[in-house]
Amino acid sequence: MNQSDFLKVVLPFKDKVFRLAKRLLVSTEEAEDATQELYFKLWRNRKKIADYKNVEAFAMTMTKNYCYDRLKSKQASNLTLVHSNYKEKETSLDKKMEYQDSVNQVHKLIENLPEQQKIIIQLRDVEQYDFEEICKMVDMKPTAVRVALSRARKTIRQELIKRHNYGVS
Amino acid sequence: MELANIEKLVEKYENAETTLQEEAILKDYFTKEDVAPHLQEYSYMFNYFTAVKDETYTKTIKLEPKKSNKINFKWLSVAASIALLFSVFIGKPLIKDYQDRKEAERIYAQVNEGLQLLSNNLKKGEQAVAQLYKQEDKANKALK
Repeated sequence: MNQSDFLKVVLPFKDKVFRLAKRLLVSTEEAEDATQELYFKLWRNRKKIADYKNVEAFAMTMTKNYCYDRLKSKQASNLTLVHSNYKEKETSLDKKMEYQDSVNQVHKLIENLPEQQKIIIQLRDVEQYDFEEICKMVDMKPTAVRVALSRARKTIRQELIKRHNYGVS
Repeated sequence: MELANIEKLVEKYENAETTLQEEAILKDYFTKEDVAPHLQEYSYMFNYFTAVKDETYTKTIKLEPKKSNKINFKWLSVAASIALLFSVFIGKPLIKDYQDRKEAERIYAQVNEGLQLLSNNLKKGEQAVAQLYKQEDKANKALK
């Protein structure tokens, strides 16, 4: 497997890797480093990659594991919270502000979810993988994935309702 | 899509029973402007999911890790071996010079000592001869 073949296989999912890393590591810089590091690893293991049927799932699993390691290591203890810029919508300023705020809130709510639910909601609701692939990536049974996903979705919605009823806490 | 249908889908969604197609329908509905008030939260969620997906990795990916540390070590060892070679090449004649000079000094000292001894002994002989001459003079005077 030469370099251009390798890049053809691995580059299409670099953004997904990056977003998953960012979901877990929070800071953009950390996520960028993680993505870069992951591609080193993939490149080093390029001989093995040829044997894998689903390189993407393999890469996502590697990303997940790498991020876990990073989170455990002390090096990553100085993580910072960073806000992403979201698209602007054409609504009135007041409504837009409120709206933006609520969308940002979703980000924070996902931040507070357990790691596993974070990963699953990222893989399903953002990246839209099917359940079979997610099971492979996180090494869990389909029912467990569904339960975790359902819990995550319900939690987010409940929290959003709560915040809207009582104002921003 | 009518509201009743959406509500059904939403319930399935909450239980994580929707298929990707159904979720696409929901996403389509909730990212549009008019959403039923009691389902507003889903609008935030789906909008967030859509917005987040726009984020991309913009840096270029390098396939070889930075070698800065390794290079340092490599060049350090090269420099060390060159220094060692130089010191051997330059140092060897220097040491030889030094050893030669030491040897010469030793030989000089030995020769010096030998000559000194010789001269001392010669002086002794000279004195003895001078004594003899004096004796001879005295003897000659007495004989006259």
